[in-house]
Amino acid sequence: MNTNKVIQVKELTKVFGDFTAVNAITFDVEKGEIFGFLGANGAGKTTAMKMLIGISNPTSGKATVAGFDVFTNAEDIKKNIGYMSQKFALYDDLTVKENITFFGGIYGLSRKRIKEKAAILIKELGLENVANKLVGSLPLGWKQKLSFSVSLIHDPKIVFLDEPTGGVDPITRRQFWELIYKASHQGITVFVTTHYMDEAEYCDRVSIMVNGKIEALDTPKKLKEQFKVDTMNDVFLKLARG
Amino acid sequence: MSIKIANISKSYKKVNALKNISFEVKSGELFGLIGPDGAGKTTLFRILTTLLIANEGVASVAGFDVITDYKSIRKNVGYMPGKFSLYQDLTVEENLDFFATIFGTTIEENYDLIKDIYIQIEPFKNRRAGKLSGGMKQKLALCCALIHKPKVLFLDEPTTGVDPVSRKEFWEMLKRLQQKGITILVSTPYMDEAALCDRIALIQGGKILEIDTPAAIVKHYLKPIYNVSANNMYQLVNSLKAYEYNHSVYPFGEFVHYTDRRSDFNPAELKVYLESKKLSNITIEKTVATIEDTFMELAK
Repeated sequence: MNTNKVIQVKELTKVFGDFTAVNAITFDVEKGEIFGFLGANGAGKTTAMKMLIGISNPTSGKATVAGFDVFTNAEDIKKNIGYMSQKFALYDDLTVKENITFFGGIYGLSRKRIKEKAAILIKELGLENVANKLVGSLPLGWKQKLSFSVSLIHDPKIVFLDEPTGGVDPITRRQFWELIYKASHQGITVFVTTHYMDEAEYCDRVSIMVNGKIEALDTPKKLKEQFKVDTMNDVFLKLARG
Repeated sequence: MSIKIANISKSYKKVNALKNISFEVKSGELFGLIGPDGAGKTTLFRILTTLLIANEGVASVAGFDVITDYKSIRKNVGYMPGKFSLYQDLTVEENLDFFATIFGTTIEENYDLIKDIYIQIEPFKNRRAGKLSGGMKQKLALCCALIHKPKVLFLDEPTTGVDPVSRKEFWEMLKRLQQKGITILVSTPYMDEAALCDRIALIQGGKILEIDTPAAIVKHYLKPIYNVSANNMYQLVNSLKAYEYNHSVYPFGEFVHYTDRRSDFNPAELKVYLESKKLSNITIEKTVATIEDTFMELAK
C-alpha cells in the first residue's frame, strides 16, 4: 500500500432500499493534501463521509482511511481521525479548558499530555483570557477555531471538516482557513466540505459529486480550464445543473 | 416607504443585539441585510414581524406601527424564519392548506403567486414536511409565507447551508416575486448574494456599517487592491502578513487580495520581497474590490 495515500477509495457504494445514495465512487487523497468534497444538497456527500469516518457501513466497494479498512476496522478509524462539523462541535456549558480536557480524555491522552496540549492550544488561539469561560459565551468564530484545534488534539493524520465555516464573518472565515493551511503544512490531510465556492479554490484538489457519483476531480485550476469558466462557482453550476 | 426603522435598539441581559439602527426600505424593493451570525439580523426581523419588542426606537411595516398596529402587520407580511418552522408531521399540502386557512384564504385564491415554486414540490405533496430534503423544505416554507399574498416578505437566511445551485434558483424566485410587487427584506451571510439586491445594509455586532446599492458600496472602497498569487498559498499569506507595509491581506479564491499602506506603492518592490522569501511564479495585478473586501475593511 502506498503510505502517502491517506484515503484510498474504490467503487465505494451505499444503497438504501432501492435508492443508491453513493454510486461506486473512486478516489485517493494524499498526505498533507487539502481535499475539497463538494456537491449539491442530496448529492450523497454526507453519506460518503459517514462511511469514511467509520459510522456507516458501505454496501460494497473498498476504502481505507489512515491505513484502516472501513469494513473491518471502523473503530480504529474513529480513533485515528479528527472530525469537526458545524452542527456538533463543543459543549456550550463546559469551559474552554474543560472541553479540551474532555476531548483529550475521550481520545485517551494522558493527563500530562492533556495539560501540555491545552496550554499550547490556548496560547496559539490567543484564548488565555477566556480559558475558564463557558464555550457557549464565546463568539461563533472563536468556537469554530477552538473546535478545529480540539479535533486535532490526538494528532490525527487526517481531519474531516463538514461545512466548518457556515455563518461566520468573512474575516474569521479566512482566519479559519489559515489554520487549515497550517495543519496541511504540518502534514495533516484535510478533507473538507463547503458551500462557499471561494473556499473550493483554496483546496489542492476538489471533487464534485452529482447524484451519488463523482463527476469531476482535479485541481481548481484544471477544473476551470476543463469547463472553460473563470470561477469554481461556475464549474459547480455547470456540473450540477447539467 | 414599506419599512421604516428609526433608532431601534434591543438588548438581552448583557448583550446589545441592536444598537440604534435606522433605515428605510422602499415599496417593491429587494433589500438585503448582509452580515455574519450574531450581527443582529434575526433580532431585527423579530422586531419587524412583531414577535419581539424593541427597547428603544420606532418601526413601521406596510404603514403599520410595530407596537400599536401589530395585528395589521401580521396580516400583511410573510415571514420565513431561519429555522424550519412548519409542521413536520403534516404533509406538504396540509401545511400549505393550514397557513392559507389561518389567514382566511385558500390555496386556489392565491395559487398564481406560488405556482412557480409550488409545482417543484407538488410531486411530493403527500409527503410529510419532516421527510423533505433541505431544498424542498425551503421551497415549502416560502410557499407558506406567500399564500396570503403579503405586501412585505421577510426572509431570514433562506439560503444558509444551501448549495450554490439551489441558492441561484432561490434568488431567481425572489426576483420573480419582486416583479409581482412584493417588498422583500432578506438576510444572508453570503456576500456574493449581496450583489443581487437593489440595496443592502452591511451589519455587524448590532451596528449598520453601511447602506447603499451594491455598486456604490464597492466604489466606496478607496484603496488600490491587488491580486497576488505564487506557488505556495500558505507561505504567500504568511510572507505578505509579515511585510511591514501591508494594510490588509486576505485570501480570495486562487489569489490573495493585498492592499498597501503607502500611497506610492510599487508592485515590483513587493515582488522582490516575495522572491526573497523563496516564493516563485509570483503575479501581482490590480483588481477591483468586492462587497466582501468592503465588508472586511469596514469591520476591521
